[in-house]
Amino acid sequence: MQSVSKPQKPPVIVSPNSFLAWIGKIFLLVIGLFAVYILAINLFDKPYLFAQNVINGIQLGFVYALIALGYTMVYGIVKLINFAHGDVFMVSAFVSFFAVERFALHQWPQRLFPGFNPSLSTVIGTVTTILLSMVICVLLAITIERVAYKPLREAPRIAALITAIGVSFFLEYFGLLNFVFSARYIPYQRPFEVVTWYIKDGIHLVESGVTPPDGAITISNILIIIIFATILVQIFLQYLVRRTKIGIAMRATSFDKPTARLMGIQVDKVISFTFAIGASFAALGGVLYAIAYPSIRTLMGVYPGLKAFVAAVLGGIGSIPGAFVGALIMGQAEAMTSGYISTPMRDAIAFSILILVLLIKPTGIFGEPEKEKA
Amino acid sequence: MKSFKLLSIVVIVAFLLAACGGGATAPKELKIAVLAPLSGPVPTFGEMTRDGALLAIEEWNAKGGVLGMTLVPVVEDSQCTPDPAVNAANKVVNQDKVHYIIGEVCSKASIPISEIANAAKVIQISPTSTNPSVTVDGNGITKPYIFRACFIDPFQGLVGAKFAIEKIGAKTAFVMVDQANDYVKGLAEFFEKAFTEAGGTIVGTESYTGSDTDFSAILAKIADAKPDVVYLPDYYNIVNLAMQQAKEKGITTPFLGGDGWDSADLNLAAAAGGYFTNHYSPDDPRPEVQDFRKAFEAKYNGKTPDALAALAYDATNLMLSAIKAAGADDTDKVKAALEAITFNGVSGTITFDASHNPVKSATILKVTAEGVKFEAVVNP
Repeated sequence: MQSVSKPQKPPVIVSPNSFLAWIGKIFLLVIGLFAVYILAINLFDKPYLFAQNVINGIQLGFVYALIALGYTMVYGIVKLINFAHGDVFMVSAFVSFFAVERFALHQWPQRLFPGFNPSLSTVIGTVTTILLSMVICVLLAITIERVAYKPLREAPRIAALITAIGVSFFLEYFGLLNFVFSARYIPYQRPFEVVTWYIKDGIHLVESGVTPPDGAITISNILIIIIFATILVQIFLQYLVRRTKIGIAMRATSFDKPTARLMGIQVDKVISFTFAIGASFAALGGVLYAIAYPSIRTLMGVYPGLKAFVAAVLGGIGSIPGAFVGALIMGQAEAMTSGYISTPMRDAIAFSILILVLLIKPTGIFGEPEKEKA
Repeated sequence: MKSFKLLSIVVIVAFLLAACGGGATAPKELKIAVLAPLSGPVPTFGEMTRDGALLAIEEWNAKGGVLGMTLVPVVEDSQCTPDPAVNAANKVVNQDKVHYIIGEVCSKASIPISEIANAAKVIQISPTSTNPSVTVDGNGITKPYIFRACFIDPFQGLVGAKFAIEKIGAKTAFVMVDQANDYVKGLAEFFEKAFTEAGGTIVGTESYTGSDTDFSAILAKIADAKPDVVYLPDYYNIVNLAMQQAKEKGITTPFLGGDGWDSADLNLAAAAGGYFTNHYSPDDPRPEVQDFRKAFEAKYNGKTPDALAALAYDATNLMLSAIKAAGADDTDKVKAALEAITFNGVSGTITFDASHNPVKSATILKVTAEGVKFEAVVNP
């Protein structure tokens, strides 16, 4: 005789998460309070040192923001974490290096027209160098997208992710070969001189061989350039996404690809465009980073790339303002860790932030929970 | 047609046999392994080391080899990293059956190689690894088959501290150290010890990692602490970045370092005003140095030999002189010969102490925007 299974009562689910989440929140609160306490003590102890650390963190954070935009935009549109993005950043630094070192592109107006105003020549030349790096990185990113990601568009997402890691390793270790970029740390020749000022009773120029007085805070022209460039990029991007046709197409594609295609949007072109624009920002970041920290090598993109990725996740991957805010937080976290705990701890803290965000709020600060598509 | 094929095969085989037979009666070959970081973080170190060692081998071969044997170099890339170094050491010891190793440059690669070499009774002379653990094991017992041609970290740290106090007139020092790098850690520890013992004060020690590019937090602390000297005993890649950023922050404190600064890629503009301890200077007027320099420049298109090349050259000559003195390709006899040797090399007169460390003089060099200048010689 076959027993007819009678309808069972639905099992009562005791969420094991509620208790753990509670413990987790208390734990976080304690850590947070402790961090605030340490920062407050140091703020009152040596305010100028604290301000200097904040400025150091801003410089890092704004560069991370430029890289994080590429991660977040590409994720928003194709749900792919493009791990090769950090290596596009590296390629940009090398392109600008060769442009400056081999072809003196940073001084082309003066070389072409002797008697050209030298400082104007430097400005035009530097902008040209940056634009050249951006163009080459855009071409590289479009090639990567066409060769490695497009054929996998309909494949499971994990396949594209693994391919992205493969492309990243390819760029790093291809660059390592002696006839490409070689394995050495290359002193980067800057297109312009870095000038530093110190702030104490007004703003003064730091002259070589003269120590700024006690309690002075130093800022440099490259810091100001990084901040301005990143803010310009943010404004441009907001305009692009909100106000232009291609921006609307990007948002439509990110929202619902099949429907967007039905509405006549050329989805493949929009995706290529997204990769291109992300790569151009990474390229800008690469040149500015190399000018700020003038030593380049083929693995230089790994850590900034990973940290920008953490920043994108922290801000809410897929969200453009999120990437910016996340990057600023990452920059501050790193600067404060190296300032008040120890420098080797900063990577540990950076990646702990990733783990914490994923555990507590996987959608990040600005991220919205994924909507079910009907 | 067929018979022609057969004939040609017979002829070829006969030739090959003849060639082999000829080889058997020719002078025997003696393989010398050169393990150097030709790729990895410091390839310029590796190239110079290889070139110095190969120059010495070539000169001995021109004089008829050692004990009638022609020297054959076996060059392997050990990347200044433990794993590739172990692979390279296993390859030359087990596959090529080499009995003599020159290498590696970096302590963190030389230490694992020394374990393999010592166990296989293969003699290793590291030209430039300055960490004490290369020749001495964890229990303080000397590894019988392992030697080095350079002075050790304690000595560089000691000379650095002596120089800082006596010549720079420093009373306070700040130490920057890469916690993951045995070389940097070794120098920094002994500098701190010697500096404190000589009456100085260490006003701060900050660590970083080798992949760091941003030293602004540490430099902010240095600007705040105002030491008389900053000790940064790392390789040129870190020195370039840290000193560049220090200049931009208006830090005028002199930096002091070790032989890791010695590289063609050292950014002279950034490092100008700094001093470092080294093994040798190409401007040293001694005839050994000038003869070596001439031979090196002739062989390598005018490239000036640095300390890595000089020490690799000395290490190779030490090894070959000891083999000649021992009279046989027997590592036990060669080891005894090395322990008793008094060798007049490019980097000074070398004798070995009980821990297989050479006793010799050190050079202090000053970095200027035009180049690296000879500053002083400090005796142990």
